[in-house]
Amino acid sequence: MKPSLQLSGLEPLYVTPESNFVNVGERTNVTGSKKFLDLIKADNYEEALSVARDQVEGGAQIIDINMDEGMIDGVAAMTRFLHLVMAEPDIARVPIMIDSSRWEIIEAGLKCVQGKCVVNSISLKGGEAEFIHQAKFIRRFGAAVVVMAFDENGQADTLQRRIDICQRSYKILTEVVGINPNDIIFDPNIFPVGTGMEEHRRNAIDFIEATRWIRQNLPGAHVSGGVSNISFSFRGNNRVREAMHSAFLYHAIQAGMDMGIVNPSMLEVYDDIPKDLLERVEDVLLDRRPDATERLLEFAETVKGAGKQKEKDDAWRHLPLKKRLEHALVKGITDFIEEDTEEARQDLGSPLSVIEGPLMDGMNVVGDLFGAGKMFLPQVVKSARVMKKAVAYLTPYLEEEKRNNPNAKAAGKVLLATVKGDVHDIGKNIVGVVMACNGFEITDLGVMIPCDKILDAAQEHQVDVIGLSGLITPSLDEMVYVAKEMERRGMKQPLLIGGATTSKAHTAVKIAPQFSGTVIHVLDASRSVPVVSSLLSDEQKAAFMAKSKAENDHIREGFLNRQAEKRFVPLEEARKRKFTLRAPAVSAPKQAGVQQFDLLLNDLEPYIDWTPFFQTWELHGKYPRILEDEIVGNEAKQLFADAQSMLQDWLKEAPVLAKAVVRIFPAQPLENDSTQLFADTHRSEPLAVLHHLRQQSEKSDGIPNLSLADFVSDNNDHLGAFCVTAGLGLEKLVAEYEKDHDDYRSIMAKALADRFAEAAAEFLHEKVRKEIWGYASNEALDNESLIGEKYQGIRPAPGYPACPEHTEKLTLFKILNVEERIGVTLTESMAMWPAASVSGWYFGHPESKYFGLGKIQKDQVADYATRKGWSLEEAEKWLGPNLGY
Amino acid sequence: MLLTFWVNQTTPMSKITELLRERILILDGAMGTMIQRHSLTENDFRNEALKNHPKPLQGNNDLLSITRPDVIKSIHAEYFQAGADIVETNTFSGTTIAQEDYACEHLVYDINYLSAKLAREVADEFTAREPHKPRFVAGAMGPTNKTASLSPNVNDPGYRAITFDQLAQAYAKQASALIDGGVDILLVETIFDTLNAKAALYAIEQVFEERNMRLPIMVSGTITDASGRTLSGQTAEAFLISVGHLPLLSIGLNCALGASAMLPYLEVLSQRAPFAICAYPNAGLPNQFGEYDETPMLMGEQVEEFLKRGVINILGGCCGTTPDHIHRLAEIAKNYPPRIIPQLESA
Repeated sequence: MKPSLQLSGLEPLYVTPESNFVNVGERTNVTGSKKFLDLIKADNYEEALSVARDQVEGGAQIIDINMDEGMIDGVAAMTRFLHLVMAEPDIARVPIMIDSSRWEIIEAGLKCVQGKCVVNSISLKGGEAEFIHQAKFIRRFGAAVVVMAFDENGQADTLQRRIDICQRSYKILTEVVGINPNDIIFDPNIFPVGTGMEEHRRNAIDFIEATRWIRQNLPGAHVSGGVSNISFSFRGNNRVREAMHSAFLYHAIQAGMDMGIVNPSMLEVYDDIPKDLLERVEDVLLDRRPDATERLLEFAETVKGAGKQKEKDDAWRHLPLKKRLEHALVKGITDFIEEDTEEARQDLGSPLSVIEGPLMDGMNVVGDLFGAGKMFLPQVVKSARVMKKAVAYLTPYLEEEKRNNPNAKAAGKVLLATVKGDVHDIGKNIVGVVMACNGFEITDLGVMIPCDKILDAAQEHQVDVIGLSGLITPSLDEMVYVAKEMERRGMKQPLLIGGATTSKAHTAVKIAPQFSGTVIHVLDASRSVPVVSSLLSDEQKAAFMAKSKAENDHIREGFLNRQAEKRFVPLEEARKRKFTLRAPAVSAPKQAGVQQFDLLLNDLEPYIDWTPFFQTWELHGKYPRILEDEIVGNEAKQLFADAQSMLQDWLKEAPVLAKAVVRIFPAQPLENDSTQLFADTHRSEPLAVLHHLRQQSEKSDGIPNLSLADFVSDNNDHLGAFCVTAGLGLEKLVAEYEKDHDDYRSIMAKALADRFAEAAAEFLHEKVRKEIWGYASNEALDNESLIGEKYQGIRPAPGYPACPEHTEKLTLFKILNVEERIGVTLTESMAMWPAASVSGWYFGHPESKYFGLGKIQKDQVADYATRKGWSLEEAEKWLGPNLGY
Repeated sequence: MLLTFWVNQTTPMSKITELLRERILILDGAMGTMIQRHSLTENDFRNEALKNHPKPLQGNNDLLSITRPDVIKSIHAEYFQAGADIVETNTFSGTTIAQEDYACEHLVYDINYLSAKLAREVADEFTAREPHKPRFVAGAMGPTNKTASLSPNVNDPGYRAITFDQLAQAYAKQASALIDGGVDILLVETIFDTLNAKAALYAIEQVFEERNMRLPIMVSGTITDASGRTLSGQTAEAFLISVGHLPLLSIGLNCALGASAMLPYLEVLSQRAPFAICAYPNAGLPNQFGEYDETPMLMGEQVEEFLKRGVINILGGCCGTTPDHIHRLAEIAKNYPPRIIPQLESA
């Protein structure tokens, strides 16, 4: 891992030997920018923010913020400005350099910023103790730090002093404080040249040479500086200053300066500097001749000019009005919103049409982008603010319209609350603001509001609409409860449902049926306004409510047939993405023919997994720990004792019989996800074809679309079929209990038989692995490992998630002659009788595994119908739960 | 020059850092999901002292460490039984800030101290029984319900409902009580606003310094949406850089996205972080009924992808996961070597 200086705003910034010079924006600095100082003094933070934004748009990779001015409360100004910057994602994406000579301002600044900042600056000026104290604090905050070449004796002004101070600082920071050397940025002081004073002639050269020394001798450390200082004596002549900055940077960067405070609009491209100007500038910078300064001054008179014009992307101002409003909303730009809103008002003739037209259209775009993950929350909040500004501008016109038209209905009252048990309110607050922007009167009850309080308030304030919000999942149930209570109280207000875990489906399926009024799921803030407007508009109200109801009904009906939309791949594609076995097939079965067993309950008993037995009785916990459980332990113990007593009777008297039938067949994969079974070992006598299904949901690269068909090797593989039952005689036993109305024993008997059937399946599977198929003859697993499926191979049954289509059981029953051999039958819906039976296929391959088929598409259903010789309707009937269309 | 700036800050090599080189460690699963199984009522959240507490307390799960320690202990035990090496204390909301909603600020010390103690007891029981597999307790420090980087009031983007200092103060209280209760690790988790996390880390460092001790720190962020950012807007890389100044035991992600959606961000962290990588995703996304319905098998399949890519050192589950999920994850993790934790080259 290569070390580098790593900084972050919302996005990372890496400063490595390979990266280019990092440009620090300098305009948000009250000591360097009169404009910025005036804005802060005038409390015009909005405009001050656009100074920051201009810099980032102009290419600054870090922005330096400084509030050191006698007339300003620096701590308050730094805090306020940083809070505002953090709310502007296009600014906050870059790291912040917190610039102050006052320690309390730096501390306050660091506490506002989530990213990794740069502190600008500390130095040995106040002595080692203070230096160490400040550096420790910075380290604990995880900031990088600019270290000035300054000590107890003052600023370093020669090459040697620069070297000495930087070396001493570096030693203390890395050895005493433990700062990562990559987080150290030296500023070896850029002083003006061309001042006419003899001692300033080497200022540029000394800086450049100190830079070279630092980069060669202080590993990890970086070098930065305030570039505009260099041209200080040429103030007023931007042509010359721009040329000086560029030429200075050109040489300093070559020496290793990798960061600097530069006004990007005050830079000329080095190669674009006219040769005659460049020569004179470099003469001064590099102290190449004694009369360099005079020559440049003379020349400067001839090249006075405005310098480069500021370039900023204002192209969007030429878009049509509607697009301009949309751009402002999406980008969160307030600069032109009032003039654009006014233009729209004049165009459309009514302030309300502006809100309901272009402004809401723009907010819908915001909503869509947010939903698609192309905008994130802070940006949406900004968009809401632009909207608010536009509406504020229109408010006097709206009121005037109201005065002129006193019969117009007042905008409605909306009550908002986050339901009981939930403390999340960010989304709800946004909804409140956006609706308030649109003239609705909002009553916001806050968070964790019990149902009664919500409904009492709704009745007291006579609100027109109630909006519920919740983020955590239990809130969904609470919303259902509120709907029920509204029905009980006979309330009529429409109920809006919103929040991250809510959904159209949950609203339609669970909430709407509880309440005879209107229930609408509102996806986000931008959608809330059109919904509420429609609900409160005399003309649209009836139709809108009917439409909402129909929509809920439709979703509810549709829900039974399909679930959340997923992306699918065509069957052909899914087949190409099949799972490919790496290992060869396991060995051929040791015992090839069909085998039938009468199983002894005594043999099965050690294989019982008791945990599901307790689950049947709704006692949750793992056996045997559940017996000691502090809550259900006693009950579990009692139940287990009763079960043991019945079990002992069964072992003695065998009122219930267990049987099994099994056979391992030679198997060959076919095209189309089917498997051919043969009756003979020479594979000359086809016996039956098993039809498997294949996952069709879209998967990431490298993840296969599985089918059971994939687990059969095309080289001499086998596949087993089995059926076990432990329910023979159970019917009679249960009938006796039921005659006595002894439900407890009746359920107990069924539950016990189920356990024996599962135990029989486990017992048989082990026998198959060790003896019959015999591919794992050395296996030695205890019951816990068996329950944990630690063995090789799987035994999915038709109806399992991997093979959910039940009629394949017909094939299984046919090829094993199940009914004749062990007396288990299939009902017309493919349930096994007796119920305490288990059947399935054996796959022996070590890479075979359980999976869920998930939803499938029509192309596969049609293909399956063809394979099974069915009509499409018949296939759809049997595959109903898996239809993904 | 190798790591000299960290070496003098780290604790002596602890057992857990040793284990991290040997194998993937398993963290536990959801607490809330397991508590739901117990079908508790308002009464379970009250004891004698809280009999007349004016606010509803049901849902304040952290309180159960005081009122129903039996439930919490049984859940820890189930996770250890399922194969977890580390359990998290029941203290997700154990700050004065998060408890304010329930007017339970005065119980914060007890919540953290007792939660840590309960988990410690269960862990020690298991370690005594299975000395070859020592069990650990991580003191969970949740994000609180306020954000230091975002304004809850859109009219005033400069407003903050909470300050760094308030957060740091609350976290310092929580960390102290967790340490008193005997945790092995502090886990700053479900970070949706990095500034909150920085306050937590700042507070932890302060507590360490006051007590002249250190514990390993785990940090886990939450990528909340499809844009791949935290709620406060940071990318995974920016998040790593913002908290990477401390010698962390691990950094990683939890909650929010299901396992498969988490993978690209874990890869980013894995490439960049000189710490262990920890992931504990939800059991999928909540379905339309707010239930997490991804089965242990399905989650296992997805998480196996992490392991195949070799980006994991610590693995566990968040919302909706159960001991069955953790058992499955533990089984799968046995088949894979841990990610090799990269060292920084010398500068």
